[in-house]
Amino acid sequence: MSGSQNKISVPNDGSTRPNGAASLRRRFSWMHVREQAIHFILFCCALLSVLTTVSIIYVLITESVVAFPPNTAFFQVVSLHEFFTETRWTPQYAEEQQHFGILPLVTGTFLITGISAIIGLPVGLLIAIYLSEYASPNARKWVKPVLEILAGIPTVVYGFFAIRFLTPMLIVPIFENWLGMTVFGKNALAGGIVVGLMIIPMVASLSEDVMRSVPNSLRESGYALGSTKFDVSSRIVVPAALSGIFASFLLALSRSIGETMAVTIASAGFAKLTLNPLAQIQTMTSYIVDVMTGEVVSGSTVEKSLYAVALVLFMITMVMNLISQWVLSRYREVYQ
Amino acid sequence: MALVKRFTQFVDPPNEGNITQVPESVPTLGTPKIETRGMSFFYGTKQALYDINLQIQSRAVTALIGPSGCGKSTYLRSLNRMNDIIEGTRVTGEVLLDGADIYNRDVDVVSLRKRVGMVFQKSTPFPKSIFDNIAFGPRIAGQTNKSELQVIVERSLKQAALWNEVKDRLKESAMALSGGQQQRLCIARALATNPEVLLMDEPASALDPASTARIEDLIFELKQNYTIVIVTHNMQQAARISEMTAFFCVGRLVEIGQTKQLFTNPTQKETEDYITGRFG
Repeated sequence: MSGSQNKISVPNDGSTRPNGAASLRRRFSWMHVREQAIHFILFCCALLSVLTTVSIIYVLITESVVAFPPNTAFFQVVSLHEFFTETRWTPQYAEEQQHFGILPLVTGTFLITGISAIIGLPVGLLIAIYLSEYASPNARKWVKPVLEILAGIPTVVYGFFAIRFLTPMLIVPIFENWLGMTVFGKNALAGGIVVGLMIIPMVASLSEDVMRSVPNSLRESGYALGSTKFDVSSRIVVPAALSGIFASFLLALSRSIGETMAVTIASAGFAKLTLNPLAQIQTMTSYIVDVMTGEVVSGSTVEKSLYAVALVLFMITMVMNLISQWVLSRYREVYQ
Repeated sequence: MALVKRFTQFVDPPNEGNITQVPESVPTLGTPKIETRGMSFFYGTKQALYDINLQIQSRAVTALIGPSGCGKSTYLRSLNRMNDIIEGTRVTGEVLLDGADIYNRDVDVVSLRKRVGMVFQKSTPFPKSIFDNIAFGPRIAGQTNKSELQVIVERSLKQAALWNEVKDRLKESAMALSGGQQQRLCIARALATNPEVLLMDEPASALDPASTARIEDLIFELKQNYTIVIVTHNMQQAARISEMTAFFCVGRLVEIGQTKQLFTNPTQKETEDYITGRFG
């Protein structure tokens, strides 16, 4: 062996060199077992999220649409027609005066969502334009962490802020003292404003991501044609990123729809079909909180109504998430 | 002698038959359209161009050649202040357009870029319709009259020899055009602002030979009305289309001369080494 050091070492005795077919044969090894185990654990984690989703949908449907006898589901007591066309939602009344029309909850929810959209979407988009097109690297280094702090504030704090500061110090002075309108202590406007503040970081960071992914060559072409920075931002970057921006809007709105704590504290009271932002309203989410924290008879129609409301809420947000994912995936195709 | 032979065949354009009205005479050395005097360029502390003295003649094609990283693109981009976009860049010396220093404090960069248009190596159609792409420049300049815009779009597309291919689908997305068409679209888009100078940064390097030939024919047509400065890696292309050629090397202007002369009888050893392929 020592004599062969100068030569290129080729194992020339056939006995030590495994022959081709034998070396490829599957044999038991601990490495193989470990790989299988890792694969299995990872699969279980993925399965967990799928199972959770499926079981939630299962519960929602069995409690609200079809139930196993002798139980009855919500829609077996209240007709779909009443649920979607009745304009009163009065589960707290005695049996004969109870009405289960979801419209007041839906309008309440969309009132909050609409106000939050008016505030959150444009401000979020403008912040995104600033971060992506105007801000120096230094400024970006400061603004982004501040946005993250804003995103990290617990929603209960937003609700507290709305009812203790926004309503008495801003909304009442302007609308009641100055314009002479009636402002409720809990009102949709205060809740809508704080939910709008809440979705700003989401809109800003998602929109900024898609705007920054617009190729620089497009910006340069714009500048070479005599564009100002604003021309480039508004006529090239925003249109090119439009579908991504749209998707970020939808995701933010589905967050607004699902927002619970701040709205419950700041706006929620009596369910009433109204579009007056200064009145108290009831949203789908705050109704669920309301019933769950009160005394509710197990198996009663009121308890079952929770599942019906939750099912509607779930379907609205799911559809919005699906649309935004579809829009985003189409956007990715354009530049890749 | 071999050298002369090799390059005279480049200088005579092989597709001469397609081109009408080739001005044979090299333009006389009148007042230059663009002139740089003692110009140096810095990226931060790193100097990219050293003391460039160069005159660019009106209504002629000036080719900038040289090995990668020699500063020819940097030089080109400093002629319409595109480098301003990059943070930390600095220019010293003078860059004169019709005798006025474009780096002067009171120069409006936006109107400068309307006079000095640019076409990039990679075609960059905006994700808009063909019409909106061409109308982009006039629109940001304040033109809103629909029929005026239509006139400009048609004229620009005709100038860029693209009109016949796209006239029936102006409303369709420009992204659907082929690579060569997209590049001619970008040329048409640059022409729509009615510039005096057209800067081209390797406009044909990403195209197939047929599309390249079309772009070269187009440059031949355009130089009757525009001053063209073109960066190219392709020396045959420089020889075919330009009147003047400037050879850059490591941030310095080594030699400038009439194209035919520079390719057949360069005065500098470095130029000869580069064009004969011994270096670069």
